[in-house]
Amino acid sequence: MKRKSFGSRLVASPYIVWAAIFIIVPLLIMVYFAFTDQSGSFTLANISMIGKYKKAFGLSILYAACATVITLLLAYPMAYCMTKMKISSQRMILVIVMLPMWMNFLIRTYSWITILANTGLINTFLQKIGLNPVQLINTPGAVILGMVYDFIPYMILPIYTVMSKIDNSLLEAASDLGSNSFSKLRRVILPLSLPGVISGITMVFVPSVSTFYISQKLGGNKTLLIGDAIEFLFNHGPDYYNVASALSLVLMAMILICMAIMNRFTDSDEGGVII
Amino acid sequence: MEKHNIVELKDISVSFDGEKVLDGLNLSIEDREFITLLGPSGCGKTTTLRLIAGFLEPDEGTVIFEGKNLNGVPAYKRQVNTIFQRYALFPHLNVYENVAFGLRVKKMKEKEIKEKVTEMLSLVNLSGFEKRNIDTLSGGQQQRVAIARAIANRPKVLLLDEPLAALDLKLRKDMQKELRKIQRQLGITFIFVTHDQEEALTMSDRVVVMDGGKIQQVGSPQDIYNEPQNAFVADFIGESNIVDGIMLKDRYVEFSGHRFDCLDAGFDTNEAVDVVVRPEDVDIVEPQNGMLTGTVTSVAFLGVHYEIIVDIGGFKWMIQTTDEHRVDEKVGLFIEPDAIHIMKKSKYSGLYGDYSSYSEEHEHLSDVCEEE
Repeated sequence: MKRKSFGSRLVASPYIVWAAIFIIVPLLIMVYFAFTDQSGSFTLANISMIGKYKKAFGLSILYAACATVITLLLAYPMAYCMTKMKISSQRMILVIVMLPMWMNFLIRTYSWITILANTGLINTFLQKIGLNPVQLINTPGAVILGMVYDFIPYMILPIYTVMSKIDNSLLEAASDLGSNSFSKLRRVILPLSLPGVISGITMVFVPSVSTFYISQKLGGNKTLLIGDAIEFLFNHGPDYYNVASALSLVLMAMILICMAIMNRFTDSDEGGVII
Repeated sequence: MEKHNIVELKDISVSFDGEKVLDGLNLSIEDREFITLLGPSGCGKTTTLRLIAGFLEPDEGTVIFEGKNLNGVPAYKRQVNTIFQRYALFPHLNVYENVAFGLRVKKMKEKEIKEKVTEMLSLVNLSGFEKRNIDTLSGGQQQRVAIARAIANRPKVLLLDEPLAALDLKLRKDMQKELRKIQRQLGITFIFVTHDQEEALTMSDRVVVMDGGKIQQVGSPQDIYNEPQNAFVADFIGESNIVDGIMLKDRYVEFSGHRFDCLDAGFDTNEAVDVVVRPEDVDIVEPQNGMLTGTVTSVAFLGVHYEIIVDIGGFKWMIQTTDEHRVDEKVGLFIEPDAIHIMKKSKYSGLYGDYSSYSEEHEHLSDVCEEE
C-alpha cells in the first residue's frame, strides 16, 4: 500500500470528522441501545422482540420488492429509449425525470392522496361518467404506487448512465455477427447495463423497504411496515428506544444481506454500486 | 474458375450534413480477391465499407451482393462480417464466448460451436486462451480474437476497417502476412481499408485509391505504383517527383528544359502534362554527362540508401541513391525512357511532387492516422 501524502489526508480530514460524528457515532449509539435495557445493562431481549414484528418485516420486504420490480420494468425500457434519442431530447427527458426530485417528498406523496382518495380525482371522474367509485387509497396497491412514483428516478438515472456509455461499435459488431434488435438487447445491452440495473435496484429497494411516510399516507392504518413500526416506537418516548434501535439494526443487517446477494450478480466494478 | 463479382457498388452517393462523402462511386469487387481501399483521412473509404456492412444506407445508388440488391437489407442479414478499427470485442464475454457469439446467434449446436471456436482460435494462434478475459489481452491478441470472431461465421466477404492501425510496426508486419495467409487459406473476399500505402501494396491483389469521395484509380499494386493516373495517386503511393511537361509528340516529352524519350503515347501534340519520375529511377552522373544538372541541397541517410534533394532550376527533386553525395555538390541527372511516366493534367496538378516543402509534407502524411 502506498502511504497517502499529508496533503491528501488533510483534504480528506473534514469528511472523516463528518463521517465520525454523523455516521459512525450514531450507529454505535444505535447498537448500544439495541443491546441494553433501560438501566443500561446488556440484554438480548430487544433483539428477540423482532419476532413480534415478523409480519411488518415480511410486508416491508414484499412491498419493496414489488415496487423495485415495477420500477425496473418501467425504467429499463425508458432508459433504453432515451439512449436512442437525439442528444438534445435525451437532456430534456433527463430534466423531466429529475424534476420531481426537486420537489418536496411530502408534497409529492400528499398529491397522490388527492388523486386516489374516495372523493379524489379518479373517483370523482368515475362517478361523473356513471361508474361506481373504486377503493384506491389505503390499499397495498396505493403504497406500492407511491414507492414506484417516488423512487423511479433513482432507477432510471443509473441505468441510463451505464447504457449511454456502451460503445456503439459493440452494437454494430453484434448486428454484424447476425444479431437482430432483440438478440442485441439480450446478448449485449442487457449484460453490459447490468451494473446500472444493480445500482438502480439498490437505490430503490433500500429507501422502499425502510419507508414509513408513504405507507402511512397512502396505506391508511391497515398496513404496518417496519419503518412505521420503528417510527411509532420512537415517537412513544425513551422507554421504547431500545426496541426501536434493535429493529433498525435488524433492518440494516437485512438490507446489507440483500445488497451482498445483489452484488454477487455483478463482478464488474464499473458503474459502481452506490449504497 | 470463372471470376465473378461478389460485390458491386453502383453510382453511390452519400452525404453527411450536406457534405458529400461519396460522390458517384462505382466499384466491382471480385470473389476471393484481396482488395484494399486506400486513401487519406476523410476520403470515404470507411464509409464505403460501412455501406457494404449495412451500417449505412446510400443516399443514391445501389449496393449489389451476388447479383442481389442489398439496399434496405439490415446488417444482421448480410453475409459479410467486419473487423472493426478498435476491434469492438465484447467486454462482458471471454475469448471463447466472443468467438462463439455469431454461432450462438445462429443457434448452432454446442458441440459444433466448440469445434468451430477451437478451430478458429488455433487458426489465429490463440489456442489455450479460451477462458481469458478480453481486457487481459494485448492489442495483437485482441486483434486475433476479432479476426477469429469474424471468420467463425464463414462470411463470403470480410470487411477490415484499418485493423492494424493500433499495432506497433513489427506486429503490424506480422499481422499483414498472417491476414494474407488466412485470406488464401479460407478463400474469402477481403475488403481492407487503410491509409498506409505500403500496407496496401504488400497485401492486396487490387488497390482502390480514393480521395474526396471519388475513386482516383483502381489497379494492381504494380499498376498503381508504375502507372499512376494523376498527381494525387503518384504522390500518395510512394515518393514521386512530379513536374510540368509538354508532350511534343508520341514518346517524346519536354520538361525542366530538356527533351526526353519516353514510352507513353496517345496525347495531343504539345499537350501540357504531368511527368512523374520515381526517386529510385534517377541516376546521378557527372554534371557534363547529365540530361539535367542541379545542386544537392540536402542529404539524409536512411540505411539502405541516401535520400538527397537536388535543386534543378528552382524545382526540388528527390533522388534515392546508394552513393554518397555532399550538400552543394553539382550533379547531373540521367533518366531512362522507361523511368518517365506521363499523366494527363488533373485537378491535382501542381499540388504535389515538389520536395521544397519536404518536411511539412511528411508531417502531413503522418497526420493521416486518424480516420473520421
